[in-house]
Amino acid sequence: MSAYVTKSPWVVHYDGSSCNGCDIEVLACLTPMYDVERFGIINCGNPKHADVFLVTGSVNEQNKGIVKQIYEQMPEPKVVVAVGICACSGGIFKDCYNVLGGVDQVIPVDAYVPGCAARPEAIIDAVVKGLGVLQAKRDAMLEQKPAEEAPAEEAVEETAEAVEEVKEEGGEE
Amino acid sequence: MIVKAVISIIAYLVLAPLVGGLLAGLERKLSAKMQRRVGPPVLQPFYDVFKLFEKEKMAPTRFQDFYVLIFVVFVIASGLLFFAGGDLLLVIFTLTIATAFLIVAAYSSNSPYAEVGAERELLAMMAYEPMVLLTAIGFYMYHGSFNVRDILASDTMCLLPMLGIFVGWIFILTLKFRKSPFDLSMSHHAHQELVRGLTTEFVGRTMGLIEISHWYENVFLLGFVFLFFANGTAWGWVIGIVVAILTYFVEVFIDNTFARMKWQFAFKASWIIAIVLGMVNIFVLYLCY
Repeated sequence: MSAYVTKSPWVVHYDGSSCNGCDIEVLACLTPMYDVERFGIINCGNPKHADVFLVTGSVNEQNKGIVKQIYEQMPEPKVVVAVGICACSGGIFKDCYNVLGGVDQVIPVDAYVPGCAARPEAIIDAVVKGLGVLQAKRDAMLEQKPAEEAPAEEAVEETAEAVEEVKEEGGEE
Repeated sequence: MIVKAVISIIAYLVLAPLVGGLLAGLERKLSAKMQRRVGPPVLQPFYDVFKLFEKEKMAPTRFQDFYVLIFVVFVIASGLLFFAGGDLLLVIFTLTIATAFLIVAAYSSNSPYAEVGAERELLAMMAYEPMVLLTAIGFYMYHGSFNVRDILASDTMCLLPMLGIFVGWIFILTLKFRKSPFDLSMSHHAHQELVRGLTTEFVGRTMGLIEISHWYENVFLLGFVFLFFANGTAWGWVIGIVVAILTYFVEVFIDNTFARMKWQFAFKASWIIAIVLGMVNIFVLYLCY
């Protein structure tokens, strides 16, 4: 069965350190000219509601944490699309002292859109490619659900034990 | 009597989310047409909700989802009371409690965006609540009963004698539906200064439940519009239902043609409307009936 997530992929957009060219192309997708809402795509601006994470621009020391945090706040199944050559590999900013490179240096990327700036058609195409990945991740979620929950609980217990240990040590001092 | 009430309760439980979802789909289509876009399929709101139920569970605190569940239960309960022919005052108070729990849920997350949204929702409540009460009082003044059952059984249409209250009710529906210019606490559009306001921290299933309860809420708020037209005949039913649906699309039209206003304006405007239209109308009803 095809997952409903492919029929209503909501997008959150983050601008790393791009020149804003790709951002404008992302916004162009939302205009009446391209109208991505006809595929159910909404720019929701909230990572907690989003299914697709569009990143434009390269990742640097300043925004590394922010990109990671947005990614972690998105509930599964989720997809990351790197829009523009800067987001793919760092582009012309690659050799800057503070630039780490493409988005894939920090979080896993599912689709790459090269171009400077990326064309709206290419961005829409990448999101549609991402839908296939979303479907696959949803299927994996359904299969692995029981297996996934077990280690999570163990991890919680381990953390609790570790916290207690630290407390005990503090008490001894 | 009881059989009739049970039938309307079951019809409400089953049909309200379908009608509410379809109205939401048509709304998005209409908004798209107004912006010269193609727009999403009419069933898109259903896809969105089904998708939300597929997502991973995630909550900043486990109490949040509990509060949201109470919100859902009370929204549905207030609609049930209304469609079973119950007391209008009880309906209004139940809905107020529901909204209060939504606000508590938003506060419980401790997220700054959700908190600002919750504060704005409280202000919106303060703005529309007087007019809601005056509407119920107006129905009582005219029909001599708060019971929806008695209002429906009346043989005269109360639209003309209650015209001021009707306009006032339509006005505060903009606040209740959270449409521009009064979509202060949250919005379905891409106003992003509050991220998603009230609903920022609601993820997946929780958000889906909120969407569904909004459909329930919308349908029964439109039921209030219908009450102004009920006169015991089939024509009253037809006119009432057509006007109720038209009202929704008038709200969509207003939504698309206005910018978002500050809460001060929402507050002043709705209190002035409530005092001028509502109170004067109640006074006229007091003199004539």
